[in-house]
Amino acid sequence: MMSRDGYEVVIGLEVHVQLATESKIFSSDVNSFGGNPNENISAVTIAHPGTLPLINKKAVDYAIKMGLALGCTINRELIFDRKNYFYPDLPKGYQITQDTTPICVGGGLEVVREDGQKKFIELTKIHLEEDAGKSMHVEGEDYTLVDLNRAGVPLIEIVTEPVLRTPEEAALFLAEIRKIIRYLGISDGNMEEGSMRCDANVSIRKAGEPLGSKVEVKNMNSIRNVTRAILFEIERQTDLKQCGKTIFSETRTFNPTRGDTTGMRTKEELNDYRYFPEPDISPLSIDEEWIRRLQAEMPELPQQLKARFENEYGLPAYDAGVLTEEKEIADYFLDTIGHTTSYKAVSNWLMGPVKSYLNEKGISIQAFPLAPARLADLLALVQSGTVSHTAASQQLFGYLLEHPDESAEESARKLNLVQEGNPDRILALVEEVLGQHPDKVKAYLNGKKALTGMFMGEVMKKAGGTIDPKETSRLIIETLESKR
Amino acid sequence: MKINRETLQKLAHLARIEIDPSEEKGLIKDMEQIISWVEKLDELDTGQVKPITNMSFEVNAMREDTAQNTLTRTEALKNAPDRSGDFFKVPKVLD
Repeated sequence: MMSRDGYEVVIGLEVHVQLATESKIFSSDVNSFGGNPNENISAVTIAHPGTLPLINKKAVDYAIKMGLALGCTINRELIFDRKNYFYPDLPKGYQITQDTTPICVGGGLEVVREDGQKKFIELTKIHLEEDAGKSMHVEGEDYTLVDLNRAGVPLIEIVTEPVLRTPEEAALFLAEIRKIIRYLGISDGNMEEGSMRCDANVSIRKAGEPLGSKVEVKNMNSIRNVTRAILFEIERQTDLKQCGKTIFSETRTFNPTRGDTTGMRTKEELNDYRYFPEPDISPLSIDEEWIRRLQAEMPELPQQLKARFENEYGLPAYDAGVLTEEKEIADYFLDTIGHTTSYKAVSNWLMGPVKSYLNEKGISIQAFPLAPARLADLLALVQSGTVSHTAASQQLFGYLLEHPDESAEESARKLNLVQEGNPDRILALVEEVLGQHPDKVKAYLNGKKALTGMFMGEVMKKAGGTIDPKETSRLIIETLESKR
Repeated sequence: MKINRETLQKLAHLARIEIDPSEEKGLIKDMEQIISWVEKLDELDTGQVKPITNMSFEVNAMREDTAQNTLTRTEALKNAPDRSGDFFKVPKVLD
């Protein structure tokens, strides 16, 4: 994308993902969001002298799984490093992170833009580190309150190369990352609660020139706000360039209410983190077997699944995209088609009545009352013409949701929704209706073909919707034509 | 190795300590002595030696992911210089 005046936009993302482990990365304190202040802490977390960190194996597993999902190379010999800085949200005076040996390097992710173009977003690395606590600054007071529940929560930081060119690409990348972490079950990816956070590095340059001064934008708690922040930053930087002003390399914070970014005042004239190897944690050596074990646990990933839904089950790309948005929906689809081969019909039902029901109730598919096999039964009744589509979606579906243990077919009978396939009965009804409207019959025979619709309506009304419309329509025309 | 005033002040800033100007001269002299003493190690060629990052020589020392809080809030806050309700209270910091 070119900004105004033909500047090229260069964006790199740093995505922090909190791993959904039971305990923290270097101590056994409970890892959970919310809770009362300073509830989940330990001597390690509050950095008492003499305490030693011990790494959580699950956190390492999760980081490797993410690396495998994104096609990264897994570093086999790992150490951790100390990133030194003084801030009360991390009372040790340093953050344990990985500087020289990130657990994953390379890899990347393909996104499909609105215009149909595909783009591969390369990753620089993924590394493991600990989250910091939370500090609360009370307006007008000369103190800061600190809650260390979050200090030590395991994080992976996913760093892209500066290859993104538009806010749209950033949004697509984040949506895909979030989908993958949810598929892997390694995080809930909730940006509002901060279990997934994104910083964007934005700069502009004339095509072919070296990279411009990089501005890091923080504090975006939704994908939409990431888009807004990047758009604002492109405009701001372009304005500065146009006035011949300098763009400073700095960290800016996004203000969601105003939709702008402001420079963060920083006391630190120069960040000097003085990284050095963390001597308290023994090195990790990841062997083939460890990786094979994790590979065996990997679920089918959203993009693979989407491709399979299109190729194997012949679903349109749109359907495949919607159904693979959440792993649980995709699983439900797969479970349902274990009982029927009407793939597109299952897709229609999931995207239509099922989705509406879930939205209406505000629940996820896990809480959906109808078992996949039951939904397949319902579909089979429609396919065989036993129940009309309208009756199935408007009456039987609702009834089954209330009575998920009853059989679909018996329920249809109970509700009197079974269509009569019996041509004799339909024929009798047709004759009855035609007999009541001799003038309309004449009009039809004189060429007013559109009257079939009116006859159809009358017959269906008499039958109470329990006859097969296709068969009925056929019989009406046949009977009328026989009167010529 | 020569230490100048800027380096000294930068180190002081990173360590969050204040240095009285009257102390600067003496501290610079001390630091230069300490550093030259340590620089003795530079005489050894360690180009072919893999850096040691850990003294235990243990590999893959890990814990299983089981959660257990080992400290109560009351215990944790007991030794804090200051507190406010359930929070640690520290002098105002703005990044």
